[in-house]
Amino acid sequence: MCNQTVCLVAAELERQGISTVAIQLLRNVAEKVRPPRALFVPFKHGYPLDTPGDPARQTAVIEAALKMLEDPSLTAPALRDYPIK
Amino acid sequence: MGETSEFSLTVRLFLKGYPWRKIDPVPWTPLKKPLSEAKLALVSSAGFVMPGQPHFDESFKGGDPSFREISSTVDVKTLVETHRSESFDHAGLEKDPNVGFPIDRVRELAGAGKIGSINHRHLSCMGSITAPGRLIVNTAPPAAKTLVEDGVDAALLVPV
Repeated sequence: MCNQTVCLVAAELERQGISTVAIQLLRNVAEKVRPPRALFVPFKHGYPLDTPGDPARQTAVIEAALKMLEDPSLTAPALRDYPIK
Repeated sequence: MGETSEFSLTVRLFLKGYPWRKIDPVPWTPLKKPLSEAKLALVSSAGFVMPGQPHFDESFKGGDPSFREISSTVDVKTLVETHRSESFDHAGLEKDPNVGFPIDRVRELAGAGKIGSINHRHLSCMGSITAPGRLIVNTAPPAAKTLVEDGVDAALLVPV
C-alpha cells in the first residue's frame, strides 16, 4: 500500500506544480498506479534505500532517483529500474 | 527484491483482487531550474513522527490519511516509527531511519552543491492506506499546498 500512497501524493504535488520522483518497491504496482516519475528499486519492503548504515549506497539510490527530475527525455508516466543502465 | 511473495497468504490474496488507483491523466511538472538550484522536500510513508507528535492511528479503518510535518533539523535517531503494517521488516528503519527518511543523505547532497536547498519541513504519512479516497480528496491537497507555499521545487517520495 505504501507504494500506491506515495504515488498518489506525488500526483497531487505535480498537479500543484512540484516536480516529483517516487521510489517504488513493486514494479507491477508502479505500472498500474502510474506516478509521474518512479524509480523501481530491487530491495525488500522496509528497505527502500537498501542497507541501513550504508550512506554511500543510500546516496547512490537517491541520486539515481533525482537524476530523473533533470532528464528531458522522460515523459509521463516515467518508470526506470535501479541501477539505471 | 520487493515482491508480493514476501507477504503472508492473506495479504497476497487481498492484493490480488485489490483495485489499484490508476492515476489518469498523469500530471507532469518539469523541474523549472537545475537541481543544484532547486529546493527539495522529502515525503516518507514510513509513519515517522517526531517526539511529541501524535502517532498515526492504527485503528483508522482503511488507513490513517493524515500527515505530520517533520522538521528539516530533526535528528533522525529521535524519529518514532508508527507504521502499522506487519508485512515488512521494521528492523532496518529502526536501525537507520535514513532508510525511509533520508534527511542526512539529502543534507550531504545539499552540502556538496548537488541540491540547491532543503525545505525547512517535510511530509510524513503512514502508507498502509487501503482506502485512499480521503487521502486523495481531503489530506493530500492541503499537505501539498504547504510545500507549494514554501517554494518547494521538487520532492523525493519514499515508500517502505
